Amino acid sequence: MSENIFITEAEITGDADADGPLAGRTVAVKDNISTEGVRTTCGSRMLEDYVPPYDATVVSRLKDAGATIVGKTNMDEFGMGTTTETSYFGAMENPAAPGRVPGGSSGGSAAAVAAGDADLALGSDTGGSVRCPAAFCGVVGIKPTYGLVSRYGLVAYANSLEQIGPFGQTVEETAELLDVIAGPDDRDATTREPPEDSNSSYADAADGDVDGLSIGVPTELLEGADEGVVETFWDALADLEDQGAEYHEVSLPSVEHAVEAYYVIAMSEASSNLARFDGVRYGNSGGYEGNWNDAFGRAREEGFGDEVKRRILLGTYALSAGYHDKYYKKAQDARAWVKQDFDQALSDADVLASPTMPVPPFELGESLDDPMQMYLADANTVPVNLADLPAVSVPAGETDGLPVGLQLVGPAFGERQVVRAASALE
Amino acid sequence: MSDDAVNPEEVRHVAALARIDLEDSEVDRFAEQFADILAAFETLDEVPEVDRDADLANVMRPDEEHDCLGPDRALENAPQSEDGYFKGPNVS
Repeated sequence: MSENIFITEAEITGDADADGPLAGRTVAVKDNISTEGVRTTCGSRMLEDYVPPYDATVVSRLKDAGATIVGKTNMDEFGMGTTTETSYFGAMENPAAPGRVPGGSSGGSAAAVAAGDADLALGSDTGGSVRCPAAFCGVVGIKPTYGLVSRYGLVAYANSLEQIGPFGQTVEETAELLDVIAGPDDRDATTREPPEDSNSSYADAADGDVDGLSIGVPTELLEGADEGVVETFWDALADLEDQGAEYHEVSLPSVEHAVEAYYVIAMSEASSNLARFDGVRYGNSGGYEGNWNDAFGRAREEGFGDEVKRRILLGTYALSAGYHDKYYKKAQDARAWVKQDFDQALSDADVLASPTMPVPPFELGESLDDPMQMYLADANTVPVNLADLPAVSVPAGETDGLPVGLQLVGPAFGERQVVRAASALE
Repeated sequence: MSDDAVNPEEVRHVAALARIDLEDSEVDRFAEQFADILAAFETLDEVPEVDRDADLANVMRPDEEHDCLGPDRALENAPQSEDGYFKGPNVS
């Protein structure tokens, strides 16, 4: 069952300091987060033999907290996918739903927690890559506010959108891991000190107290969703209502354009970020015959899989002369519009709730042929990255025996609000 | 790539810009898929112009010397190196 959860199994022990908050805990780390001396492949042939000479900031913080890292987890190549099937190292099964995908792109991290191979895990979320696999594998996953967690040592896919986020079996444990990794870092100038003045930890917020909580339900995020998923979602909201929360419907008209805007921005950033893989300083080499353009073209043809090529080419196209205004500039307008819509909806609600994924986990192999269909599965998660906001996916129940996740979105640096609301569903 | 169809020559052109060699079969498959994906991206035309007043602040640090990765470590992952330098293909 646990097959292919890890690309590399390796024990990295933390500080022997038994007082660390994660002493005695095991953590699985997504294979796009750098670990000194342990290969970090990003699920790609391009980096099959790449061994980072330094640790990501989050890895240093895990070690300082006394955690034991148990391995580097399988993922969609460079984080580009929703099923973990684009990994060069092979697809994997969902431990909570046999025959189905674990979600992606951090599928191995969610599965490691679901299968009991690690107490906790780290993933990265560019357009839902922590929340989707959390929902599909029946575990908790948090996507932090942009700027809360350092990206130093995270191999970049789309820097303006991505954050490293934690997985766990419970909301409280997941929040404990967030407490360890959060906070400003000199090595990532996009990190910020959270503006709030609370001294309490994120884990302390998991007190299940939703009495008086106001929940907005964006109607657009329920449209077109699977019936069983929607039913499970409303049952979970009724549960929160019984505990004293109230809900009202809200409208976010901008999210109708979120998937397209997300993909234009993410692919554009990817085309630039992945230009560094030329096989000279690291990665798969194209050899030394012919001129450098020939060598780079060969290195990249061999090293990248289909989905990565697709995104680099479309990103290159969207940024090319004559198309920049049509695609990239309009996508930035859509991003600003999405932010405004969320700000407005969160001015009359403490949190917003929706199904994390509009569908239950796909069958293995079901979705690889139609990329656009696959991109649309991210409809409920990508708006949150466009708006830079924090969100959690928490198990809400099952439909036909398949896990369903509920997504709670809060205002910027409102991690405690989403943690508190999510903990009431356990 | 025009609005109605995506022509394989244009896929080849973009692939050349991105320095990714493609097989003929890949070019044809991508041309078909890109038509679909770009048709979806066209719907961004419906997005109104939005005021983008991003709340940004400069992050500064003192300009001081600090330790960094030494040449030996930096070269560890290079497929080839020579005399402490990365070795790459011919520039011309």
